[in-house]
Amino acid sequence: MHLLLTLLLTLGLMAAPATPGDGLPKARQGTFALTNARIVTVTHGVIENGTLIIRNDRIVALGTDVKIPPDAEVIDCAGLHIYPGLIDSGTQLGLAEIGSVAETRDYAELGELTPHVQALTAVNPNSVLIPVTRVNGVTTVLTEPSSGLLSGQAALINLHGYTPEQMLLAGREVMVLEFPTTGRRGRWDRRSDEDIKKAAEKAIKTLDETWERARLYARIDSAYQASPDKSRKPAYVPEMIAMLPVIRGTMPLMIKVDAARDIEKALEWVAKQQIENVIFSGVAEGWRVADQIAEAGIPCLVGPVLSIPTRESDRYDKAYANAALLKKAGVTIALRTGETENVRNLPYHAGFAAAYGLGTEEALRAVTIVPAQIFGVADEVGSLEVGKKANLFVTDGDPLETKTQVLHVFIDGYQIPMVSRHTRLYDEFLERNPGLVKHPGATPDPTPAGSDDR
Amino acid sequence: MRRHPMKRLSLLLLACLLAGPASAQDLFIQGGTVLTVTNGTLERADILIRDGKIARVGQGLRAPRGVRTIDATGLYVMPGIIDAHSHIAISSVNEATNPITAEVAVGDVIDPYDIAIYRALAGGVTTSHVMHGSANVIGGQCETIKHRWGEKNPEALKMEGAPRTIKFALGENPTRVHGRGNNVPPATRMGVEMVIRDAFNEAQRYMDAWAQYEARLAAGERVAPPPYSERLEVLADILRGEIIVHCHSYRADEILMLMRVFEDFGIDRLVFQHVNEGFKVAPELADFGAGASVFSDWWAYKFEVYYSTAYNAAILTRNGVTTSINSDSAELNRHLYHEAAKTQKYGQLTDDEALALITINPARQLGIEDRVGSIEEGKEADLAIFNAHPLSIYAVPQMTIVDGVVRFDIHADPDDMRLNVPAEGDVETATLWSEEHAHRCMQGVDLLEFLGTR
Repeated sequence: MHLLLTLLLTLGLMAAPATPGDGLPKARQGTFALTNARIVTVTHGVIENGTLIIRNDRIVALGTDVKIPPDAEVIDCAGLHIYPGLIDSGTQLGLAEIGSVAETRDYAELGELTPHVQALTAVNPNSVLIPVTRVNGVTTVLTEPSSGLLSGQAALINLHGYTPEQMLLAGREVMVLEFPTTGRRGRWDRRSDEDIKKAAEKAIKTLDETWERARLYARIDSAYQASPDKSRKPAYVPEMIAMLPVIRGTMPLMIKVDAARDIEKALEWVAKQQIENVIFSGVAEGWRVADQIAEAGIPCLVGPVLSIPTRESDRYDKAYANAALLKKAGVTIALRTGETENVRNLPYHAGFAAAYGLGTEEALRAVTIVPAQIFGVADEVGSLEVGKKANLFVTDGDPLETKTQVLHVFIDGYQIPMVSRHTRLYDEFLERNPGLVKHPGATPDPTPAGSDDR
Repeated sequence: MRRHPMKRLSLLLLACLLAGPASAQDLFIQGGTVLTVTNGTLERADILIRDGKIARVGQGLRAPRGVRTIDATGLYVMPGIIDAHSHIAISSVNEATNPITAEVAVGDVIDPYDIAIYRALAGGVTTSHVMHGSANVIGGQCETIKHRWGEKNPEALKMEGAPRTIKFALGENPTRVHGRGNNVPPATRMGVEMVIRDAFNEAQRYMDAWAQYEARLAAGERVAPPPYSERLEVLADILRGEIIVHCHSYRADEILMLMRVFEDFGIDRLVFQHVNEGFKVAPELADFGAGASVFSDWWAYKFEVYYSTAYNAAILTRNGVTTSINSDSAELNRHLYHEAAKTQKYGQLTDDEALALITINPARQLGIEDRVGSIEEGKEADLAIFNAHPLSIYAVPQMTIVDGVVRFDIHADPDDMRLNVPAEGDVETATLWSEEHAHRCMQGVDLLEFLGTR
């Protein structure tokens, strides 16, 4: 009986690989040797005809003179290229599934000040959008809440894992501040210029008050931490507790800001509040005030690159060129798509930035090592180096070029199945079976029947 | 001989006037790589344009005296891009007051000042099919325009003699706006079919009544004419095959439904727009002879596009469906060449197949394939010149020519290309595209109702 059960179980396991979640084959870790590859390390040049060894979640060796471990699974990459996994510095991936269906949107909490809500809580590891994204070489994204002023904490996630915690990269979360805007939020925004200005001023006042309170709360908290027996425990104020790491500079404050006037205001505000760990995101009109941003030394997450100019009088290619113009002024830049279902287009946003002045090398850096540095995770990801996480992908060409095929993806050392809803529908429907079957009523009728009896 | 300076100036002015691009429609484009789309690629070839038409294409041609020569050495020349689904250059999109509004036409609201026309030119697009929105089952009539930027008479933008087209819409949009928004049918996909069948039956009766009237009149009878209806006149013209129907659609079931309805009424000029699930019924589309005008990779923004694949265009093409890639967006229409290139990533289409998706195929879908859509002698001189192969991510449009007139020149155009600079000065409020989530297709449908009913 016991033997029979074992036999049945073994047969069952042999018959079909496990297909969890959306029915995708399982990713797996192990020891992999990627041989004969052109290895683009991003930080230490290009290695021609090299080998890269992955063991468990790490890159353990790379170079031209690398011994292949006997237990390694060899993947011949002759004629192929290895790149560090791409990082999108601003998305809503995992927080929204179907744009128009409110029940599937989890990025906008109610309230003006919600620093205590965490994107990570609502990241759906089984989102159908995730496999669609990662098979294009995007391995890591910042996924952001967006609402009110302090929207909550964005999470830097790897695009593989069964729980949000598994996906979170190096515990990195970022506080999101939607800076009050004097710009119009789109065609729907029908407020008068005066109303927009007033609303912005009021919001900045709210921010000032919030920071004042948060600093006070941090002082009280510090005093209590220093001597818990002598001081009174600070009151439970979840918003203020969430602000502690921001006030103490351990959590970056990511300010989403686009219009030039708002960027100037934000620079002024950051200086006034003496906030240290600051990142700008969006920065659509950054090119207008590039020198000021450079002087403040604030890194920018720029994008979407594929967008139209903010003003009718602007040159048609300003959004494409924005990243290059900022870089030229001395600003540290990474790129973001601002996308959800089409985060997979990150390499093309980078490609357009490259074509309009940034150049391929800088554009590649802006979606690999630079965001890793900005988010403080450059010792983990962003380049191909021994000891870093095995977040990488293999291509048959320039990863920014449209027609380039991605052949392998590794995230956290897991070999990712190269399938998604999109590839599976292709496989099923390219040559549909059955093909055309004439329907019963297909005989042409000489007189238009227009019958209502069908 | 010493010339008088004034005389010299006036000669120069005269030369300028004679060579002025807006009047002369003769050009000689020398030495480029010519992507004809229909007849392969010609290396180092010349194109002679006379009176706005392609007079000659070939190697080693001679520039006639006095014709402006454009040195295209190292550049790529392709047919002007055609966008089969656009909402640029019109001041309103949706007459969302009735499920059937066949009597309205976007041709009545052409806006030659829309900067989107110029931006499209800067993306190599020379022709747009400007469409009514998708709020109504049978929407308004559309207009095929040429991007003659600089012409201020709305009529001057219309492509004279282009076949008439009309917008239909199935699925979520009309059922939301009319069924759930106004409590009138259709509220379901069943109701959509009913609305269309009822409309065609009524139009059929209308035609019969008029035919009867004409016959009796011809027989010398004194009879009163039937009541005139502009709406039914247009519907009758659809039944007569005088108008090409372009139908907004997503799901396979509704696509199939419309083909069955059209078979019953003997209508065969049909192009499906968006048609995200077209890949599921590709054999049926090919059998009917319906066209498919798709997005390269848009999906998941609403439920009816959740089961999508970016391989849609490739599957349709391989199944023999005349397929185009459109924009439906004033952002995306600027890089349709890149959208077409995505079919090389998703489905490995050849260069000519990919380019056909944005040139000759949309021309076929609009019934203008004898005039534009490829580089052939006798066709209208609508051309786009790139600095690299247009399917490369690094391609930057250099010059766009409409009817032999240079309408975009990357090296000659100033940054501000507006035609109507407001008298009050250049104080412009930035409009942040990144915040603009709504699709133009549903513009004009009241926002509150839109939000309240989805």
